[in-house]
Amino acid sequence: MRKLKNNLRYIKIYIGIGMAITTLLGILLYILINGLQHITFDFLFNVNAPRGQTLVPMIFTTVLIVLLTLAISAPIGIGSAIYLNEYAKTGAWFVKTIRMAIETLSGIPSIIYGLFGFLFYVIILRWTWSIMAGVFTVAIMVLPIIIRSSEEALKSVPNAYREGSYALGAGKFYTIWKTVLPSAVPGILASIILTIGRIVGETAALVLTAGTVAGMPSNLFDSSATLAVFMYTITVEGTDMDRAYATAVVLMALILFLNTFANFIGKKLKPQ
Amino acid sequence: MNKFQLKDVNLWYNDFHALKDINMDIKAKEITAFIGPSGCGKSTLIKSLNRMNDLIDGCKITGDFLLDGENIYGNLDINALRKRVGMVFQKPNPFPMSVFDNVAYAPRVHGIKSKFKLNEIVEKSLRDAAIWDELKDRLKKSAISLSGGQQQRLCIARALAAEPDVLLMDEPTSALDPISTAKIEELVIKLKKKYTIVIVTHNMQQAVRISDTTGFFLLGELIEYNNTEQLFSMPTDKRCEDYITGRFG
Repeated sequence: MRKLKNNLRYIKIYIGIGMAITTLLGILLYILINGLQHITFDFLFNVNAPRGQTLVPMIFTTVLIVLLTLAISAPIGIGSAIYLNEYAKTGAWFVKTIRMAIETLSGIPSIIYGLFGFLFYVIILRWTWSIMAGVFTVAIMVLPIIIRSSEEALKSVPNAYREGSYALGAGKFYTIWKTVLPSAVPGILASIILTIGRIVGETAALVLTAGTVAGMPSNLFDSSATLAVFMYTITVEGTDMDRAYATAVVLMALILFLNTFANFIGKKLKPQ
Repeated sequence: MNKFQLKDVNLWYNDFHALKDINMDIKAKEITAFIGPSGCGKSTLIKSLNRMNDLIDGCKITGDFLLDGENIYGNLDINALRKRVGMVFQKPNPFPMSVFDNVAYAPRVHGIKSKFKLNEIVEKSLRDAAIWDELKDRLKKSAISLSGGQQQRLCIARALAAEPDVLLMDEPTSALDPISTAKIEELVIKLKKKYTIVIVTHNMQQAVRISDTTGFFLLGELIEYNNTEQLFSMPTDKRCEDYITGRFG
């Protein structure tokens, strides 16, 4: 009787796991089956193919926007996290204000960032629809994610490391740079990976700022679509679902690649 | 000769009066032990000798702490002070780096860049901490992979690499097994030839075995401070006698 009850529990757990995995695998397989057959050499690699017939510009734009956004928001975000966790006095009104701003910013839907970016960068600064406008919009949008998870990473560094360093006569900056930060690298990296996923998957904020042109940008003030934006536009137009699925496959492969790459860098940076 | 002179030292954590009117001289090149029950202020006092209490919010200190006649809470640079007064903590806390980088940490902080010089300091410090033979082939290995006793001796080597005058040890053996403890005690006795050592210990036998002078603390007061032999054989204060004979604490 007891054994039966025990087995029953296992079965329930397995059903739960099974459902989770089948849903995920189902979506993945569905996209792969619908998309893989439409991926051709031209679609992936031919730079000179007519607009919309090749993904090269979109892959390029996606990677460019990810890198530029991280170049802006990672230093600011990690820097803010260091300030909040290592320097700021908890409870000061200034710190409370910053925290409230971060909480609020992280809860705002991306379309609102898009609207802001459109009005400020595109209209007021006259950057027009451009990669720059997209980058600066998304950079603000991902800042709260980077700050909050980097702060968690810094919090998890044992205080004994800090004390040990101070006791050897090291100053605060040296201690943070040589001891605290290296120990926090894995956590900070996780926040970067999360951010990459967010940028690659972003549409609303980018449609309004970087635009939907499916061609190769000639400079940073050109309009160009990322993979996700391209997918969004061809899906909405409903003209070519095959290409939409094929783009989805490439998008997933790109995210996998970027995450693996980030992990690789993290392993290099991590203290043994 | 006195290394430290403490005059009318009082310390508060917010409203809690943790040290009350402490007056004591700590002799150079001797081992001074602080004993007493938990919460008596002995750890607090040792931490104020290298100003580690500065890291705690709401800590207020009055009185004079003279190191070689100079007030350490005066104009002395705090990092220069901590270079002169090294510290070993209760729980071994090597950094998550290689053995070499751990020991070379302090010299690098204080501006030594030459690889040759660093090699020299690392070897000397590890030898002084009696752990060179065990670790000489593992300098590149992570310090986290060492045993607890080795980690603690590595932390001693790391402190010695800063070339301090004084070594503060806050219950350095309380997290270690008896064999590691014995090794560290032996090492501490050897080190007093060159360094002034202040050690906080819960273990009275340890105080008897290694220290020259012992201070007994109770509720933030220094109750009795004397030659170790005398303090343990003929305590003058009733509370001290009760404590060392095991009637409380």
